[in-house]
Amino acid sequence: MSGAYRIAGKGRLTPARQARFSFDGKFYTGLEGDTVASALLAHGVHLMGRSFKYHRPRGPISAGSEEPNALINVARDATREQPNVRATVQEIFEGLKTNSQNRWPSLEYDIGAVNNLGAPFFSAGFYYKTFMWPKAAWKHVYEPFIRAAAGLGVAPKEADTDHYANRYAHCDVLIVGAGIAGLSAALAAAQTGASVIICDEQPEVGGALHYEAGTTVDGMPGFEWAQKTAQKLAAMDNVRLLTRTTAFGYYAQNFISLTERITDHQAMVEKSAPRERLWQVRAKRVILATGAIERHMVFDGNDRPGILLASAARTYLNHYGVAVGKKVGVYTAHDSAYEAAFDLKRAGVEIPAIVDTREKPGDAVMAEAAALGIKVLTGHAVIKTSGRLRVTSMTVGRSTKGTTTKYEIDALIMSAGWTPSVHLFSQSRGKLTWDADNARFVPGTHAQDCLAVGACNGTDGLANTVEEALGAGELMARAAGAAADAEKLSLNTETAFEWTGGMVGASEGAGPDTVAKAFIDFQNDVCAKDIRLAVREGMRSIEHIKRFTTNGMASDQGKLSNMHGLAIAAEALGKDIPEVGLTTFRAPYTPVTFGTIINHARGSLFDPTRKTPMHDQEAALGAVFEDVGQWKRAWFFPRAGEDMHAAVNRECKTVRETVGMFDASTLGKIEVVGPDAAKFLDLMYTNAWDSLKPGRAKYGIMLREDGFIYDDGVVGRLAEDRFHVTTTTGGAPRVLQHMEDYLQTEFPHLKVWLTSTSEQWATVAIQGPKAREVIAPIVDDQDISNEGLPFMSVVECKVLGGVPARLFRMTFAGELGYEINVPADFGPALWDALYERVEAAGGCAYGTETMHVLRAEKGYIIVGQDTDGTVTPYDAGLGWTVSKKKTDFVGIRGLKRPDLVAEGRKQLVGLKTRNPKVVLEEGAQIVADPNQAKPMTMIGHVTSSYWSEHLGSSIALAVVVDGHKRKGETLYIPMEKETIAVEVTDTVFVDKEGSRINV
Amino acid sequence: MLLIHCPYCQEERPETEFRHGGEAHIARPTNIADISDEEFEAYFFIRSNEKGVTFERWRHAHGCGRFFNAARHTVTDKFIKVYKAGEPKPTLAELGLESGESQ
Repeated sequence: MSGAYRIAGKGRLTPARQARFSFDGKFYTGLEGDTVASALLAHGVHLMGRSFKYHRPRGPISAGSEEPNALINVARDATREQPNVRATVQEIFEGLKTNSQNRWPSLEYDIGAVNNLGAPFFSAGFYYKTFMWPKAAWKHVYEPFIRAAAGLGVAPKEADTDHYANRYAHCDVLIVGAGIAGLSAALAAAQTGASVIICDEQPEVGGALHYEAGTTVDGMPGFEWAQKTAQKLAAMDNVRLLTRTTAFGYYAQNFISLTERITDHQAMVEKSAPRERLWQVRAKRVILATGAIERHMVFDGNDRPGILLASAARTYLNHYGVAVGKKVGVYTAHDSAYEAAFDLKRAGVEIPAIVDTREKPGDAVMAEAAALGIKVLTGHAVIKTSGRLRVTSMTVGRSTKGTTTKYEIDALIMSAGWTPSVHLFSQSRGKLTWDADNARFVPGTHAQDCLAVGACNGTDGLANTVEEALGAGELMARAAGAAADAEKLSLNTETAFEWTGGMVGASEGAGPDTVAKAFIDFQNDVCAKDIRLAVREGMRSIEHIKRFTTNGMASDQGKLSNMHGLAIAAEALGKDIPEVGLTTFRAPYTPVTFGTIINHARGSLFDPTRKTPMHDQEAALGAVFEDVGQWKRAWFFPRAGEDMHAAVNRECKTVRETVGMFDASTLGKIEVVGPDAAKFLDLMYTNAWDSLKPGRAKYGIMLREDGFIYDDGVVGRLAEDRFHVTTTTGGAPRVLQHMEDYLQTEFPHLKVWLTSTSEQWATVAIQGPKAREVIAPIVDDQDISNEGLPFMSVVECKVLGGVPARLFRMTFAGELGYEINVPADFGPALWDALYERVEAAGGCAYGTETMHVLRAEKGYIIVGQDTDGTVTPYDAGLGWTVSKKKTDFVGIRGLKRPDLVAEGRKQLVGLKTRNPKVVLEEGAQIVADPNQAKPMTMIGHVTSSYWSEHLGSSIALAVVVDGHKRKGETLYIPMEKETIAVEVTDTVFVDKEGSRINV
Repeated sequence: MLLIHCPYCQEERPETEFRHGGEAHIARPTNIADISDEEFEAYFFIRSNEKGVTFERWRHAHGCGRFFNAARHTVTDKFIKVYKAGEPKPTLAELGLESGESQ
């Protein structure tokens, strides 16, 4: 039922609890607790995927998260689908749908496998070398080809309907890994009263105890002890035990990110349940008990389905009750594979031979092999394998040159030894040291308050591991401040065999000068010879070798391949391994879903939305809004039958002919107050403020110290010691920061207070010939005549019968204009009162698009649109704002820099198209001679461009090299379909004399 | 996310409350209008970019709003000391480090 390779009496799953799932459309029955890999292996299915580059048939090599081969697509339904899931991790449930990837038309017959035949042409660095020329081929040949071939799985088409949770947590001791080391450390830490979080990526605790059948702890089988210990820990108030939870990132100050998979294994998912939960844990102390990962042997044909790690075969047998084959060969350089062979043999699996590269394996395992009647070939190698979709034989000999023997097999298990999982330790910035005796990197100098214990620390032997872990648990708990009395813990452990051995790099038949397909990185199809090729082609740094060959760049991030790649590179470079060094370990430890990382920050929760006090009024008038930073701003107010173009034209015309009103509340506002306020503004702006009389306002330019325009705005002086500063909409926070910076750190002697008032004021601009008559009735007792409130004035007054207001006489449209500021809560009332009057006068509300057209007609710049951080006031034609008398202001020295006073700077000019109906594209490049050879010399670009209904022609602003001297010249804008001739003009298109303003 | 101790609030607060302000102890010349191109280059463009102990400015932007200085190790991100703006730059000895240890 649950598979012909399921061995009765083996494993820990319950035969009665079955679940049906599909793989490539075919249904299989597995047992609850199976992974997709174990369930398929139970049916004798090893072929689960195709490799990335050569499309070689592949089966699972591991039984855990390090799996590079068995990547599948997993679907619950159309909106809950995920590619690149490891079949060795995904638990099955009733109704699960899975599919293989990177194959067409089917997994068994894959057209892409022709890449395998072309393998000699697809060597390392192939992409870098092949796709260089001809240039034109990029667009039509190379890029489509690379794009089609890129990626393994296919991204889901529908938006993810799952939701994801997020929690912050603090603890005294965080323990990563709940194998015997992690559990021991947790016991010792917990009994001191310390708050403990212990997590493990697997569904059940136990780590290596999943397969370690010969281990007992306190008289119990190891796995049973682990489950009992987990129950005990989970019952304690000061312990949180998280399974299916991967610690994937170790950041500064013991900040660890965990991802907890909550529903991926459930057949029926509660609607309210989050799929995954991101834990962000701040731990006083961290204990890393992340274990070790077994390495494969590097030999010719080591990637066929049916070839897998010895510990994986043991896990499938001892935990899932599944034999990986009926006739299993063993190839090893380490004792651990022997134990796998013993377990399989005892379960009735035939073991034709153990092939060991070593002349002298451990005595104990040799004795046991003899007792079980297993043939051991020491000093031998597997020279090659055969089998298309499944391994069918291994060829064994002392060397490639001598006599060889072929063994029929249906699976091959292997071990080159164990690589400590130092990923998190390295992420914590700890330094690794090289353990030459055992050919491994182990944690050295710590950078943070953490300890590594057990296999990830290079600690060998069960008793040593437990002793180390118990000690570390107590030590770290005490260091974190735990004070409860606690007895000294000890655990009695017994294990069948202590292991020795191990090798890194290629084995016999895959050495230098061979062309063997001896894979080191399975997912990316990197062979031993590719590493050597990289070195021959001049790569010296391991980081370059990695990128040239793509070794370790797959989704498994080199968990199996890094050490082999390093050893082969070191040999080819003639250096020692530590001299070559490892590539940098980076988060995440295993792939993390975007859902977990994005978490709640999607849809309407992605970013805050800021609305002005008059938002609802504008919406009621039918405004279309645009996003300006976080602000929703009314863009235009279309009337029945109008498109944007028609609405904007009408709004522009109305403002110029009668009157318009505009919501200017988003403008940044800063209140600058204090006896030294004028002195301070003198330093912050290019203009002189000391001479500005209370009641007057002025347009100010703010520079950075390098002399470039940083922000602009109108500043009104309300009193000797009080200024109302306005900034650009987007610039408010950084301008305040900039001012605070200088005030606090450079000019702390000045007595000035800065207060952000952007959201305290609602602001309505009234612009147009009828502006004065519109506002007159709503302004209380204030002379607003041209004499009483001349252009560029500000006054504090009352409006609407008693509402305090700041009334500016100013314009950003080039008209008779006012800006009325009232406390934000009065914004809607002010808007309503004004709208009634505006409408009666034949005016309208206008949006940001019209505001842009009107200001461009007047040549008023928008900082960040017409300037880009490399424009000086002189470049922008705003030299008049720079005081000649002041001896200091921010940017005064920057303005004198040689490059800023040199000829050939890009300067702001106006452009008129020869054909007035043509509206230029913003960003379009400008050339002097349209007939010059390509690539043409570009002398500037269009910064603002609009249709001016008022002028009946297009208008544009642009920055052009030496633009101020080019007035009257004809320049050209080459576009895809035509070249547009333009005349360089002044930046002011409408009312150069300002006669519309001063009325 | 870093935890940063604000020397004004006397509180350890998350990094999101703070804004980084570049290298510390770079005084703006009081006669800035008159300095040479080389002096301006040294003041405005040249930064030490230490691998090791760096002295940097922070502003508790979403707290007290004040600028302060910190000595931080750029490899481990460890804050060795925070101190108020205007206080002198600590020597390595004052930070409990030997010279050379800053690497």
